[in-house]
Amino acid sequence: MKILVGIKRVVDYNVRIRVKSDGSGVDTDGVKMSINPFDEIALEEALRIREAGLAEEVIVVSLGGNECQQQLRTGLAMGADRAIQVDTSENLQPLTIARTFLKVIEKEQPGLVLLGKQAIDGDNSQTAQMLAALWDRPQATFASGLNLSGDTATVVREVDAGLETIEVDLPAVVSVDLRLNEPRFVKLPDIMKAKRKPLDVISLGDLGVTSENDLEISHYTPPPARDKGHMVEDTAQLVAELKSRGLV
Amino acid sequence: MNRTLIIAEHDGTSLNPSTSKCARCATAIGQDFDIVVMGSSTNEIATQAAAIDGAGTVISVDAEHLANPLAANHASEVVAMADGYSHILGPSTTYGRDLMPRIAALLGVNQVSDISAVEDGYHFKRPIYAGNAIVDVHAPEGSKVVATVRVASWKALGDGGNAAVESKSASSAASSHTRYVNLESGGGERPDLQTATSVISGGRAMASKENFDLIYELADLIGAGAGASRAAVDAGYCPNDMQVGQTGKIISPDLYIAFGISGAIQHITGIKDAGTIVAVNKDADAPIFEVADIGLAADLFTVIPEMKQLLG
Ligand SMILES: Cc1cc2nc3c(=O)[nH]c(=O)nc-3n(C[C@H](O)[C@H](O)[C@H](O)COP(=O)(O)OP(=O)(O)OC[C@H]3O[C@@H](n4cnc5c(N)ncnc54)[C@H](O)[C@@H]3O)c2cc1C
Ligand SMILES: Nc1ncnc2c1ncn2[C@@H]1O[C@H](COP(=O)(O)O)[C@@H](O)[C@H]1O
Repeated sequence: MKILVGIKRVVDYNVRIRVKSDGSGVDTDGVKMSINPFDEIALEEALRIREAGLAEEVIVVSLGGNECQQQLRTGLAMGADRAIQVDTSENLQPLTIARTFLKVIEKEQPGLVLLGKQAIDGDNSQTAQMLAALWDRPQATFASGLNLSGDTATVVREVDAGLETIEVDLPAVVSVDLRLNEPRFVKLPDIMKAKRKPLDVISLGDLGVTSENDLEISHYTPPPARDKGHMVEDTAQLVAELKSRGLV
Repeated sequence: MNRTLIIAEHDGTSLNPSTSKCARCATAIGQDFDIVVMGSSTNEIATQAAAIDGAGTVISVDAEHLANPLAANHASEVVAMADGYSHILGPSTTYGRDLMPRIAALLGVNQVSDISAVEDGYHFKRPIYAGNAIVDVHAPEGSKVVATVRVASWKALGDGGNAAVESKSASSAASSHTRYVNLESGGGERPDLQTATSVISGGRAMASKENFDLIYELADLIGAGAGASRAAVDAGYCPNDMQVGQTGKIISPDLYIAFGISGAIQHITGIKDAGTIVAVNKDADAPIFEVADIGLAADLFTVIPEMKQLLG
């Protein structure tokens, strides 16, 4: 079985995001870029499945410009077998990304597709669900547990009400949550080795996908600031203030 | 066809307030709305939905295989009735986030996630980058809009309505590839985080599962919901459904009290809409104090017992 893992290049989660003063976007100049944290977890899970002998090959896929090869190389250094960059200069929206993944799936015939539950830049949380719909296959979103047995996967999902377990037939699309695993660290020799692993570049057009970014995103503004608060000296003052505000 | 369809969320016994919040968003768009209730033995839920002020028709789709909220099954039903609607809205809860993109893809449109404000039927505002930026999203005029509504940004409508309930049989059979197994519910009897008027949260500083009883006791004393930071959940001090933040629950209580939470951006995202934020942290430089309305630099293990005494 092959496993396909989606890797998105995003602004590192530790970076303090600043909206550009002209409202045209957020400042990404010289800012640290990383693999979307959820995608790192997706990749770690794929590697563990391969190491357990349940998959032969792990392929990392990213849609983006040449700069996303950096994240693909990191994925290869973590242990992925090969990488595919779908080259596009556009900031594609989830429906087009899902359509693109579907084309890659038709070529590669994976038994499992692992994506992040959301990309921390757009916070869309859509791609996995859309891909499953277009592929007409099961989706198991927000996974914090994943067990493969033959042609089925048992997935524990983090939902608002607690932990939901579902069973899906493979192939399936699973979107992963943070508590699924802790990704391994990349070691220096692996970075060297990763340079020799295959990284194919295909253009969006060659895959037969046309971008359909039908949502227009504009006017970036910082969120409204909260009024500056104040400190109290002790618990008695705190409780008195909560009482006077009618909150307790 | 300028009409909105709202996907009702429920747990089999009661309607989730997220439904009424989506209805409020529909009225902000300026449209009449219907509500679809999918489940098994949906009568009671349908009645609750019919009470939402201004609801047009409540469509009740009752079938065994719809009892559990599997997106594969629920999406087919919504797609089957999509023709009559310009807008289809669901909540930004895990139910809606799982379901709505599947519907959008089947209808061939992108989805607008997390609507926090409405300018008009094709023009919305939503947060991105963990709430660090708000953007305008324009959907093509006249296109079908499939969206999730950021429930923390909207108040529920009143419940004095009396809409007609229409029964409809399921249009598709159960999906053969996806099977529901079970739900292990973490939460006890405390108010639901997404609707509670007060929430008391603990962070990594709680240091153990046993110590979290302090949070529960204080919460129970003032009828609050109990929440946590991701670090506290990861450490196993409390169940995952208590996590507040970017990847947990986004909440908007009147009062939020954070004990021993440092105030990482991913946590703050979840509480920005709270009325009053209180932070108790022994580090006077903790970033949480930058967003707190009232801060107390002290040890939580002294403060909580004192609060219990003063409030008991
Ligand atoms: C993609 C991503 C998504 C994330 N999503 C979320 C999310 O949804 N929610 C979330 O919460 N986090 C989330 N995180 C994690 C987040 O970045 C922080 O790591 C986390 O919020 C820290 O939790 P904490 O404040 O409890 O722990 P810490 O940061 O360790 O803070 C503990 C605090 O307790 C204080 N303290 C210690 N002892 C005491 C005492 N006795 N009395 C009083 N104060 C004391 C310390 O001064 C410190 O400020 C996410 C991270 C990533 C990468
Ligand atoms: N440009 C991209 N390249 C590769 N994978 C992506 C891309 N965009 C989204 N994904 C995958 O889809 C997941 C969910 O993204 P989103 O729907 O945008 O929140 C991400 O965690 C990735 O696994």
